[in-house]
Amino acid sequence: MIFLVAGKANGEVLKLDEPLSFWGGVDPETGEITDLRHPQGGMSVKGKVLMMPFGRGSSSGSSVIAEGIRSGSGPAGIIMMEADEIIALGSIVADEIYGKAMPVIVVEKSEYEKYSTGDLVVIAEDGIALS
Amino acid sequence: MTVNLSEFDQSCLDGQEGPAAASAMRVIVRLAEAMEATELLDVTSAHIDSCLYHGPAVLDFAKWLEDQGAKVIIPTTLNVSSLDLIHPDLYRGDEDWGIQARMLMDCYERMGCKPTWTCAPYQLEERPKFGEQIAWAESNAIVFANSVLGARTHRYGDFIDICAAICGRAPAAGLHLDENRKGDILFRVDGLNESLLDRDVFYPVLGHLIGKNSGNGIPVIQGLPNGVSEDRLKALGAAAASSGSVGMFHAVGSTPEASTTEEAFLGLDPTDVIDVTSEKIIAARDQLSTASDSKIGAVSLGTPHYSVQEIKKLFELFDSESVNPKVNFYVSTGRDVLTEASLRGFIKPLEDAGVIFVTDTCTYITPIMEAVTLPVMTDSAKWAYYAPGNLGVEVIFGAVEDCVASGISGDLAIDNKIWIDG
Repeated sequence: MIFLVAGKANGEVLKLDEPLSFWGGVDPETGEITDLRHPQGGMSVKGKVLMMPFGRGSSSGSSVIAEGIRSGSGPAGIIMMEADEIIALGSIVADEIYGKAMPVIVVEKSEYEKYSTGDLVVIAEDGIALS
Repeated sequence: MTVNLSEFDQSCLDGQEGPAAASAMRVIVRLAEAMEATELLDVTSAHIDSCLYHGPAVLDFAKWLEDQGAKVIIPTTLNVSSLDLIHPDLYRGDEDWGIQARMLMDCYERMGCKPTWTCAPYQLEERPKFGEQIAWAESNAIVFANSVLGARTHRYGDFIDICAAICGRAPAAGLHLDENRKGDILFRVDGLNESLLDRDVFYPVLGHLIGKNSGNGIPVIQGLPNGVSEDRLKALGAAAASSGSVGMFHAVGSTPEASTTEEAFLGLDPTDVIDVTSEKIIAARDQLSTASDSKIGAVSLGTPHYSVQEIKKLFELFDSESVNPKVNFYVSTGRDVLTEASLRGFIKPLEDAGVIFVTDTCTYITPIMEAVTLPVMTDSAKWAYYAPGNLGVEVIFGAVEDCVASGISGDLAIDNKIWIDG
């Protein structure tokens, strides 16, 4: 397990069937998934521990992540199986300018498969646990 | 993992190059740690995507840097923003949002970035050379720089672009390094009809299919004609970077690190081989449309920004016809390309025919298009991908020839034969 961005969070897991581009895919004001081609289109990422296999799409995703952290409409944390710099950057910058970081974690497949949508989890310094 | 910093990197971090360089370097080092980079490298140009307004956070960030005295130290171009400064009346959005967007644009100009306002910086006169290390954001520009120019940038997001421009440094990782530029997945298009491969419209559809099927890997395309044009590779890359997370592709016989399939894979075997059949291409094409009405309300071309060659083709397709009064016909392009195309005599006749040119921004990222209930037609897979979510419109994807024919008549005109007969 690697913390791309350190931080603490707790919330309900929303596990996406496909990677999501935050820009053009998530409304930064509400957290709604606006990409209607996405299997979870119409659902909200707000306050969720979002899981997806890897990142996708536009460079502007970093801005949407940072805006979501600022406004409180973004996910509480993100768990992936591969590193994604666009997502990490959004959280790093929110930490720098607002002192608010959203944890971004890369886990092995076995760990990734432990959690499913609806699980309540806690992300702390030492990792992820069911709450 | 610790990043080994050079003397310069350390002096930035320690504040000896000023507070802005210290802040920028801190962001770079944190990203380098996340990327597991062991060191940083020099970059010679930057392309900034952070200048598009998405809400207060992006402006807070730009001001945070500017207030600390930030200036770029390498040639730095700016991506599209939310406003068209050449045709300001086109903006139909919220006034306050427009004011904030303008403040953001001004902030980046004051930091020393060039007001190019284009998502296709590779269409500017000065562009990176083969092997040059650069820090570019904007997914289509990244994939073009890596694949077509053979320059080297990682898949950078907003924020790091300006930090790299302030320090002239970026993490030595990802697509900057030889070993991460080799192909992963082989796409064979050998079985497709040759005349389909000679159509512009084939390339964004192929890109869409490739993006969907490449995961995080680098696709290698085998079987295209040699020397595919830059405009076609641009459309392919932009589509692949929208439907997937492609930061680089190899087109054997066209892109500079793939004179042969073996070279593209650095002599190793592909992790997967996908035969691109006519059925798969037609399925990918169909995924790009959300509607099949018989009428259209608007046309939007130029995502990524149209080149001079593409505007020339549009000029030729219109011949002496005009846009139907019931259709709004938009073409997005860069201000430099608009100037060049204007000098060559393509713009005035097209404007007289009813074409609306949009510069500095794009129709799918900011409120420019007049409200339409009928579908919008486009030749861009990227536009087709994002516009329904961003604008709430229905979209019909087609060739530029179809877009022009439909724009003139107002009735949907799509030549479906090319997909079967080529």
